Amino acid sequence: MIAEFGHYALVLAFALALVQASVPLAGARKNDPVLMAVAGPTALAQFCFIAFAFAALIICYVRSDFSVLNVFENSHSAKPLVYKLTGVWGNHEGSMLLWVFILSIFGALVALFGANLPARLKANVLAVQSSIAAAFLLFILITSNPFLRIPEAPFEGRDLNPVLQDPGLAIHPPLLYVGYVGLSISFSFAIAALIDGRIDAAWARWVRPWTLLAWIFLTLGIAMGSYWAYYTLGWGGWWFWDPVENASLVPWLAATALLHSALVMEKRDALKVWTILLALLAFSFSLIGTFLVRSGVLTSVHAFANDPTRGVFILGILALFIGGSLALFALRAPMLKQGGLFAPVSREGALVLNNLFLVSACATVFIGTVYPLALEALTGDKISVGAPFFNATFAPLFIPLLVVVPFGPLLAWKRGDLLGVAQRLVGAAAVAVIAVAVVFAMEGGGPILVPFAIGLALYVMAGALTEIVERTGLLRVSLATAFARAKGLPRSAWGAAFAHFGLGITLLGVIGETQWSLERIAELRPGQSISIRRYDLQFDGMATRQGPNYRDLAAHFTVRRHGDFVGVMEPAKRNFPSRATATTQTALMTRGVSQLYLSLGDANPDGSLAVRLYYKPLVLLIWFGALVMAIGGVLSLSDRRLRVGAPKPARSKAALSPAE
Amino acid sequence: MTRRQRRFSLIGAALGVLALAIGLVLSALKESIVFFNSPTELVEKHIKPGTRMRIGGLVKEGSISRGEGLAVHFEVTDGTRSVPVGYQGLLPDLFREGQGVVVEGALDSDGIFRADNVLAKHDERYMPKAVADALKKQGHWKDDYERKLGAAPARRAE
Repeated sequence: MIAEFGHYALVLAFALALVQASVPLAGARKNDPVLMAVAGPTALAQFCFIAFAFAALIICYVRSDFSVLNVFENSHSAKPLVYKLTGVWGNHEGSMLLWVFILSIFGALVALFGANLPARLKANVLAVQSSIAAAFLLFILITSNPFLRIPEAPFEGRDLNPVLQDPGLAIHPPLLYVGYVGLSISFSFAIAALIDGRIDAAWARWVRPWTLLAWIFLTLGIAMGSYWAYYTLGWGGWWFWDPVENASLVPWLAATALLHSALVMEKRDALKVWTILLALLAFSFSLIGTFLVRSGVLTSVHAFANDPTRGVFILGILALFIGGSLALFALRAPMLKQGGLFAPVSREGALVLNNLFLVSACATVFIGTVYPLALEALTGDKISVGAPFFNATFAPLFIPLLVVVPFGPLLAWKRGDLLGVAQRLVGAAAVAVIAVAVVFAMEGGGPILVPFAIGLALYVMAGALTEIVERTGLLRVSLATAFARAKGLPRSAWGAAFAHFGLGITLLGVIGETQWSLERIAELRPGQSISIRRYDLQFDGMATRQGPNYRDLAAHFTVRRHGDFVGVMEPAKRNFPSRATATTQTALMTRGVSQLYLSLGDANPDGSLAVRLYYKPLVLLIWFGALVMAIGGVLSLSDRRLRVGAPKPARSKAALSPAE
Repeated sequence: MTRRQRRFSLIGAALGVLALAIGLVLSALKESIVFFNSPTELVEKHIKPGTRMRIGGLVKEGSISRGEGLAVHFEVTDGTRSVPVGYQGLLPDLFREGQGVVVEGALDSDGIFRADNVLAKHDERYMPKAVADALKKQGHWKDDYERKLGAAPARRAE
C-alpha cells in the first residue's frame, strides 16, 4: 500500500506545483496580495507531499518490498541497511525523486525564511521555483515512476550495482544534488527580477547566500565523487574528465563566477545584467548536467540509465527553461539600469577578470563535453575528447586566473592602486620564488613547469594569508591589537581567505600527484615483495572473507619502511554472487598527506598475483583543499551581513539597535 | 580615464580572454581528439600505423593469451572482422571473453593494435554505447544481458 500512497503523494504534489506556478504569478501581475500569498503555504505543502513520497520509497527499500519494480531491480534482502537506504538514489528513478525532493526543500526554505522579502519578488520566485518542480514531477510520473509494481512479486532482488555499494557513493549524490538544485534558487530569483524588470543591490544580497550554499555543497560533492573514483576504480586516477564529472564541474565554475559577480553587484551596484545572466547560466548548466547523466546519451562509467524516451523529455524541459529564460533575458535585460562605474584597476576590475577567466574555462569544459555528442549526431563520427584536450584548454585559462587571485581582495573598490598591491604581495612572490628554486634544485631537471606550478600554488596560499596579515596589521602592530582586529574582521573576509587558501592547497595536491606519482605493476608469489620509494611491501598470502552479500578474496601485504614495520595493507577482489560481478577493493595507507595505493589484478593459475602499486605524494591535499574551500564558504555564509534572508545591510540594523 | 575608455578597456579584456579561449579550443580539437572505429572500419579505412584511436567490440571467445609478465593478447571483434590487440598491464574487473570492450592505442607496423588503455563494460546492464552501435551496424547485436537475466520474472508493469 505504501508504494501507492507514495505515488499518490507525487500526483498531489504535481497538482500543487501547478497551482503554485500559476496563481502567485497572476497575483504579482495584478498586485493582488491574496493570490500572491498562495505561494508560501503551497510551497510547504508541496514539500510535505514530496517528502512523504520519498519516505515511502525508503520504506519500500528498508522492507525489501520486491513487488516494487525499482526495489527489485536495485536492492537485495542480504544487503546491509545503509546500502538499502543509499540504493534509493543509486538508480535513475530514485535519484530523480531525490532531485525534486531537494528542489522542494529549497522552495520551502524560501517560503519559511522569506518573510522579509518584498511580496512580489517572493511570489514570483516561488512560482518560478514551482514550475521547475512541476516539470520534473511530470517527468517522474510519466517516464520514471519509482513506485511501479510487478504483478508477480519475485522472491529476491537483483541487488544494487556493486560499484555503488560504497560509503563514498552513499553521500556523493545527495551532496551534489543539493549543489545542483540549490542553483535553482538563484535562477528563480533572476527570472523573478526579469519578470519584474527591477533589480538592485538588495537582490544580490538575497541571491548570494543561496548561491554560496549551493556552491559549498557542489564543492564537497565534486570532491567526494573524485575521492570515490580514486579509491574504487582501482587505477589511481582522481579526475578523468569524464562527461559526468564535467557535468558537475561546469556548474561549479559558473557558480564560482556568480558568487564573485554578485559580490560586485551587492557592494557596488554594478555588473547587474551580467550577474543575472550568470545566475541563469549556472542553473542551466545544472539542468544540462542532469540531462547528460540522466538521459543515457553518454558512454561513460557513470551511465547507468539509458532510455531514449527520458532523454527526449528532459531535452524538452531543457529547451523550455533554458530557452525560455534566455529569451526573457534578451527581452528584459536592456531595461535594467546600469549601475556604478569603476576603473579597470580596482577590485571590481579584478572580479571582472576573475569572471572572464572562469566563464571561459567553463565554456571550454562545456564544449569539450558536448562536442563529441554534437559531432556524432551531425556526422556520425565517434570521437573521444579526453584529458589532453582539457589539459590544453583548461590549464592555460586557469593559470592567469590564479595569478590574479591574491590581487582581488587587496585592491580597493572603485579605483585601486596596482603598484601598492604588488608591493604588499612581495612577500607572497618571495615565497613563490624560493619554492621554485628549492623544487628546481631538488628535481635537478625534469619538466621545467613543475617548479613554477608549485611556486604558483604557494603564491596563491601566501597571497590569501597576506590579505589577513594586511587587514589585521600583524607584524606592524602588537600581537594583542592584531588579535583583536582579527576577531573584528568580517567573517566573509575570513571566508574569502580560506577559500583562496584552499584553492592553493588543492593545486599543490594536483601538481604533486600528477608529477611525482610512482607506479609499479608486478606479478607476485607469496613471500615475494615489491618496493616503491623507501617502502617494501611483502605479499604474505591470500585469504577469503565472507561479507553480508559478498565474498572478499583478500591479499595480505606487510609494509616496511627501511626494514621497520609500518602496517599491513589488504586489497581485495570482492565478488557479488547476486550480480555475478566483482569489484576491486583498493588498500590505501596514508603517510602524512601522501598515500600508498595498492590494487589487485587477476590471480594467475600458477598461483601468482598481479598487483598495481602507486605512491601518491601530496594526493590528500587535493580533497583537503576542497574541504578548506568549503569551510571558507561556511564562514562567509555565517557572516551576519550575509545571513540567509537578511534583506538589509548590518549597518542600518546596527543603527536601529545599537545594543546588539 | 573617461567612461568611454573604461568601457573599451573592459570590452578589450573580454575579447582578449575570449580569443585566447577560442584559440586554445580550436588547437586542442585539432590535436588531441581520438576517433572511434569498429574493427571492420579499421580494416576498411586503411588507417596508417601510429594514428591514435579507440576501437570497440567484443573480446573474441578463446582469443585471450597471456605472455610474460603482464602482457596480454586478445582479439576484438565485431563479428565480421577482428583486430589483434596487445596490452601490457592490469585488465579491468569486467574484462572477459565475449564481453564488450573499448581499447585505446594505435596500430603498429605489424598490424597489431598496441593498446595503452582498456575499458570494459561497467556491468551487465550497460554496454559502452559505441560498442553497441558498432555491433548493431554489423548486424551482430545480441541482447546478451537480457538473455542472461531472462530467467528472472521481470515484467515491466507499464
